[in-house]
Amino acid sequence: MIFVLHFLLNHEDLFRILPEIILTLTGVLVMLLDATLPPGWARRPLGWVAAFGTTLALWGSLFQLSLPEGTGFSGTIETSAFTVFFHVLICGIVLVALLLSLDTLPEKSHHQGEFYALIVFGAVGMCLLTGAVELLLVFIALEISSIATYILAGYRKHTARGPEAAIKYFLLGSFATAFLLYGIAMIFGATGTTQIYEIARLVPTAQNQSFILAGMGLMLVGILFKVSAVPFHVWTPDVYEGSPTPVVALMSTAPKAAAFALLLRVVYEMLPTLRPVWQPLLWVVAVLSMTVGNLAALRQQNVKRMLAYSAIAHAGYLLAAFAGLGTSGIAAASFYTAAYAAMNVGIFAVVTLVSGYDEKLPLINDYRGLIYRSPLLGSLLIFFLVSLIGIPFTGGFFGKFYSFAAAVGGGAIWLAIIGLLNSGLAAAYYLRLALVTAQRPDFDGEAKSTPPQGSPRVGAAVIAAVAMAVLATLVLGIIPNDVLRATESGAHTLQAPPAEISVPVNIVEPPSQP
Amino acid sequence: MNEINNSILTLILLVPLAGAVLVMLVPDRFKLPNWIALLTTLITFGLTLHLPAHFSLTQAGFQFEINRLWIERPAIFYHVGVDGLSLWLVVLVGLLAPAGVVASWNAIQSRRKLFFALFLIQQTAMFGVFLSLDLMVYYGFWELSLVPMAILIAMYGRKNGPKAALKFFLFTFIPSAPLLVAILWLYAQTGSFDFTTLQILIAHGNFPAGALFWAALAFLFAFAVKVPVFPLHGWLADTFSEAPVALAMVVAGKLGLYSMLRFHIGLFPEQARLFAPLMVGLAVVGILYGACLALVQRDFWRLMAFAALSHLSLITLGIYGLTLTGWEGAVYQILSHGVVDGALFLLLGVLYDRYATSQINAYGGLATKLPRTATFFVIASLAMIGLPMLNGFIGEFLILVGTFTGVSKGWAIVATLGVILSAAYMLWLIQRLFFGPESALATSKLPEDLHVGQLAVLWPLTALMLVMGVAPMLWLPTIATGTHPPPVHVQTITTSSQVEVQR
Repeated sequence: MIFVLHFLLNHEDLFRILPEIILTLTGVLVMLLDATLPPGWARRPLGWVAAFGTTLALWGSLFQLSLPEGTGFSGTIETSAFTVFFHVLICGIVLVALLLSLDTLPEKSHHQGEFYALIVFGAVGMCLLTGAVELLLVFIALEISSIATYILAGYRKHTARGPEAAIKYFLLGSFATAFLLYGIAMIFGATGTTQIYEIARLVPTAQNQSFILAGMGLMLVGILFKVSAVPFHVWTPDVYEGSPTPVVALMSTAPKAAAFALLLRVVYEMLPTLRPVWQPLLWVVAVLSMTVGNLAALRQQNVKRMLAYSAIAHAGYLLAAFAGLGTSGIAAASFYTAAYAAMNVGIFAVVTLVSGYDEKLPLINDYRGLIYRSPLLGSLLIFFLVSLIGIPFTGGFFGKFYSFAAAVGGGAIWLAIIGLLNSGLAAAYYLRLALVTAQRPDFDGEAKSTPPQGSPRVGAAVIAAVAMAVLATLVLGIIPNDVLRATESGAHTLQAPPAEISVPVNIVEPPSQP
Repeated sequence: MNEINNSILTLILLVPLAGAVLVMLVPDRFKLPNWIALLTTLITFGLTLHLPAHFSLTQAGFQFEINRLWIERPAIFYHVGVDGLSLWLVVLVGLLAPAGVVASWNAIQSRRKLFFALFLIQQTAMFGVFLSLDLMVYYGFWELSLVPMAILIAMYGRKNGPKAALKFFLFTFIPSAPLLVAILWLYAQTGSFDFTTLQILIAHGNFPAGALFWAALAFLFAFAVKVPVFPLHGWLADTFSEAPVALAMVVAGKLGLYSMLRFHIGLFPEQARLFAPLMVGLAVVGILYGACLALVQRDFWRLMAFAALSHLSLITLGIYGLTLTGWEGAVYQILSHGVVDGALFLLLGVLYDRYATSQINAYGGLATKLPRTATFFVIASLAMIGLPMLNGFIGEFLILVGTFTGVSKGWAIVATLGVILSAAYMLWLIQRLFFGPESALATSKLPEDLHVGQLAVLWPLTALMLVMGVAPMLWLPTIATGTHPPPVHVQTITTSSQVEVQR
């Protein structure tokens, strides 16, 4: 008891997990309210409670900027510009996802309270994951976030696809986490510690280099599964297709952001000395992800499956940033995560509004003439697709730009060329959807056969959600300075000081051709 | 006045954008979107006229420059400015915009707000391409110009909109991938995206020649597709036959040709000289190939597309001849081609709106029913053919003279054949559309000639054709300040300047 009291009074440590505490309390509160409210009452206000809690958590993470940079709880969790950046990003995504669910979940859907609580609990895991500097805590955080998403994936129990998605995601996800855990065990075996800084210090002199390499490989498998990079991507299309669209908006972005934060930490902070090993590996994975994702997306007829493959391709573009040296690579990857999150949440929000929770319009051809039926939704869809293509003055462009600029700066010119040609390929399928949307509906006499909209209600919450996504995409595309500065200060905190590599400013010898 | 000079380019970029936002906000009633679009384009045109009025012929370098930091790292500057090369192109874009609005006045019936908003965004993108002096900003506008175009082709395509839009987009988007890599590579080497800085650094810096060759090739490839240069013209015919008239008027040629002058030859003079023989050859092939295909088209949009290929190839010939005369002729020809094509597209759009077909053999004998349309069409066609006293002649003459004296007599003679062929297909088109026996189509509809708005556009355009044909010295001195082809041989320079003097 005394120990607990002592613990509670240790303020500084508590502030270091302030967003996580707020989110946990919110989740518990939502669960309790859900249980105590009489059965007949609407559960929708619980969503507002969750959204409010998430907003508080967002402010909480911003408050953490005022804390001295460092670790708490005996060196297991860190607060720095890097963690704050990802906390804010994740809380922002979760907030948009909550607002989106508020209006689009059917009034009578069961377990609505749990739905909101699970989203918030998932956010706890994701936030924790970005701050953890202790591999065991990393594992626990990953599990917290994964379990919440497994359940959310199967939320449409009445359909065949829902449970299928959940089971696939759960089984494959468990395998992946097992790989991660095994990797952690091996690294622990080689170095005798699970603290990331300690590992970074011990790795260069450790005797069992093969153990460390194997451990790194296994950890990479686990993390690359979470970001759905090729060849660990097979779950993505099925899960995205089966899950409710607001959940896809969340799980295609927030857990990925957290996983990328972890990947950055592992490769840049824990194993910077092994760069010659992991950099070629990630190079190959990046090229494979882009190419396989884009080629597969070209053939899809279902919008969500197409966007799933596009998510795989985007993981590839993001991994291209890992070819960058030092801070430029980390900053580019962080920026891409944010840009990708903004536009992807946005497009899934629009897809939710078009096809509804029950997905009455799943196919690309169902979107024919959308812009004539509903000009606003059609324009928004095209806007987000334009950003996904990577047209300038949208977040998608600068994301790609920084990622490939980092790659070129790191000497991986071929990676940039392959990546940009891939984005040309990707334009083909994004445009197919955009152009079908813009097509005059009376062609081929199909206008009459277009099914009436099972349109979800458009309330304040969903308007706010879409507006936030649009705004974020535009801000990242037109005035990216502030976000860029945030990613750079984050990158500096992640970099171990001696590994700092200066970025060339004036004319230098050309980087060696790969 | 100084304050206006310091912000005029920003205004030119922002006014169409503001107009686009306004169009989206007003209700779609009483043709409000049309009026707002017209007003916006007229204001923008007025603003562009400020540039030649205050352009100083004696001052070297860029004028009306604005150079502000936009993004810190990598250092991207909002750097815009005009010189003799881009000055009149900006005015041309400004001039064609109200013409485009008028051309769409009745043609666009549904989703007018979206149409005009996207049309105005397209304006901003085009201005941006001509004004930007920072490679990243330039690239941004270059890419942005694709989006409204593609969406509008898909929305208002005549038969097969989405397919044509996809073709157009991919054809121009994919080549810009190597372009972006090349730009990033230049940045990685120099730490700058700025045009003038890069120009100096490339001229004096110790770049590996091999890599610079590839960078120049990447630039050239992207621009050549956009122009288009034979054999990269696959998108052109479909785009022309599907695009709304207003966009067909603005799309072809200008962006790509300007980019070649400014960013390909301007940045990589050494490398451009390596590519020049190839480009000259392709251009001459393009002139003949386009003209021959234009002769056999049954659809007048496709005929215009191949005619454009032929004429744009002629301009490419002028550019890659790398002579001063050729360059002046090329820039002049870009301007006159824009004016003439604008008028021709407007008139063909009028025909298409009234008779709903673009099959040439369905027409015939329209001249008696629509005398004004016929007259304007004939004048514009003659300008396009290159009849002396009209604007097409000056540019063609300068280009061919430059080629003859500065490049090769053989190529010039072959290219002249293209001019003759252009007379053949244009005159034949006139005959089939307007003369001959009266077709069933001509009698089927009430004769309804050009209305006031269209006349208000066509009169100034036609007058401009005449003025540009008889008084080229109103434009050429300005153009000459901005065009400095890299010296090839000392001998060539002297010969071409002798031609200057003789003229």
